[in-house]
Amino acid sequence: MAIDKETVSYVAHLARIRLSERELDLLSRQLEDIVNFIDKLKEIDILAVKPTSHVLPIKNLFREDKPTKSLNINEVLNNAPSQRDSFFVVPKIIE
Amino acid sequence: MEYQPVIGLEVHVQLNTSTKIFCGCSTEFGSQPNSQVCPVCLGLPGCLPVLNKKAFAYAVKVAMALNCRIAEYTKFDRKNYFYPDLPKNYQISQYDLPLGEDGFLNIRQNGNIKRIGIRRVHLEEDAGKLIHVSDSSLVDFNRTGIPLLEIVSCPDINSPQEAYDYLISLKQIIRYLGVSSCDMEKGILRCDANISVKRQGDSELGTKTELKNMNSFRGVREALDFEIRRQVKLLENKQRVIQETRLWDAQKHMTYSMRTKEEAQDYRYFPEPDLPPFIIDAEMQREIKKSLPELPQAKELRFIQDYQLSEYYAHLLTSDREIADFFEYCVKLYPQAKVLANWMCGSLLAELNSRNLALGELNLSPENFVDLIRLAQEGKVSNVVAKGVLRDMIDTGQTAGEIIQKKNISQISDPDALKEIIDIVIKENEKSVRDYLGGRENAIMFLVGQVMRKSKSKANPKAVLEILRSRLNK
Ligand SMILES: [Zn+2]
Repeated sequence: MAIDKETVSYVAHLARIRLSERELDLLSRQLEDIVNFIDKLKEIDILAVKPTSHVLPIKNLFREDKPTKSLNINEVLNNAPSQRDSFFVVPKIIE
Repeated sequence: MEYQPVIGLEVHVQLNTSTKIFCGCSTEFGSQPNSQVCPVCLGLPGCLPVLNKKAFAYAVKVAMALNCRIAEYTKFDRKNYFYPDLPKNYQISQYDLPLGEDGFLNIRQNGNIKRIGIRRVHLEEDAGKLIHVSDSSLVDFNRTGIPLLEIVSCPDINSPQEAYDYLISLKQIIRYLGVSSCDMEKGILRCDANISVKRQGDSELGTKTELKNMNSFRGVREALDFEIRRQVKLLENKQRVIQETRLWDAQKHMTYSMRTKEEAQDYRYFPEPDLPPFIIDAEMQREIKKSLPELPQAKELRFIQDYQLSEYYAHLLTSDREIADFFEYCVKLYPQAKVLANWMCGSLLAELNSRNLALGELNLSPENFVDLIRLAQEGKVSNVVAKGVLRDMIDTGQTAGEIIQKKNISQISDPDALKEIIDIVIKENEKSVRDYLGGRENAIMFLVGQVMRKSKSKANPKAVLEILRSRLNK
């Protein structure tokens, strides 16, 4: 399967990653190799195999609806680049 | 040309657990911004979400009450997108294996029952809250991680009124289950609508638009109504409906295009590796099914059957579980169901509406309510006065007996006590007396009214009528 540069730049956009022309080139070749490698799996007959959504043999892990202590608000905002009145401040979102 | 609207609703309901869906942070409303957050709901690296048992049980309950097929095997998935209200840059939701599918609920349309399909019910986490100020946006993550139930209807809804009835019915069911208040004005319930129109009889659907930003059930109905007229007008003028998201403006009473570059959404769902799958086996299903209360429509039918109530009364009394329970408690104390229903649907619901309060917030016990009705039925107070007494009871918390005694408003039925007033009324209304004696039967009712007024509604109208008749017919 061919991974063209458009596909790579689309995926990069979805992940909010900015790539240079040279990186696009390199990554599209590398991604193509990876996808081709994984394509080998298609040759295996998996009709009788259930899809794996979780690798450990566990299920139904719950917690009770009991409150625990939340973080101290100073800790919460400690790493925020910008804050105001206990809010995080981000660039204006225009809907 | 006749057009038929085709409407599907997507409803989100916050479940009223004490803690968030994947962490122990409180869900309390109105706290200081970002005071109810922890590494899990902030999406800090290295922490693990663990599912709230109650939120899961609540979700299964709703899915069952909506007649869904309950998944034996259900799992969570990551829905990936970037938005500042989403600290992890993905929302934990459910994609291909929702916990409930293929259900329905019934609405009533001109006396007929119409079944609206429920496509799916799934559990997810709420996002944070954004406040837009002049130069920036402020983020509060307290709401992040509150358990949210998404309920998607099939496009079976064919009018704004049906959409409204669907929402009312959905809200009633969920409130009966006690898992959410479903208050749309407070954002506990949110609703988006997909709407298209097609020519009557056409099998092909028209282009749909998605409506957002409605904040009341009435708003949903009005937005749909506007949008149908807008789409029909476009088609009549040989123009096209553009597939887009439109926002409802409740002030201007119109929808307008969001005008964002409509990028195809690509959420790249994949299984949430931090949560195990969930198996809802027969045992768990039985357990949860057992905890389901009698639901509104079943209760309504039972009220009609057991208490011989009209459909109208049964419907009103079962619209809210609290009201239905109050009624049934009262019936045990005073087994005249129709008299009770009349009092509840009339005076009591009017008092609730005028105060904008729920029954539980009123100062009124079923015992005291029944006492008042008994006094009125026995003729100790007139019906008009009794309504005022009810108001006083709610205001003061006193019993009917206390209020009647203190205000000296017992009904007067004693002929001797009434004689004086009746004499005066006969003297003051000679013309009506003549009319009555001349054969105008109705004139006597005017005289009764005058006696009632003079007695400040305390006279027993039946007794007054009798006395007047015997006096005038002499
Ligand atoms: Zn938390």
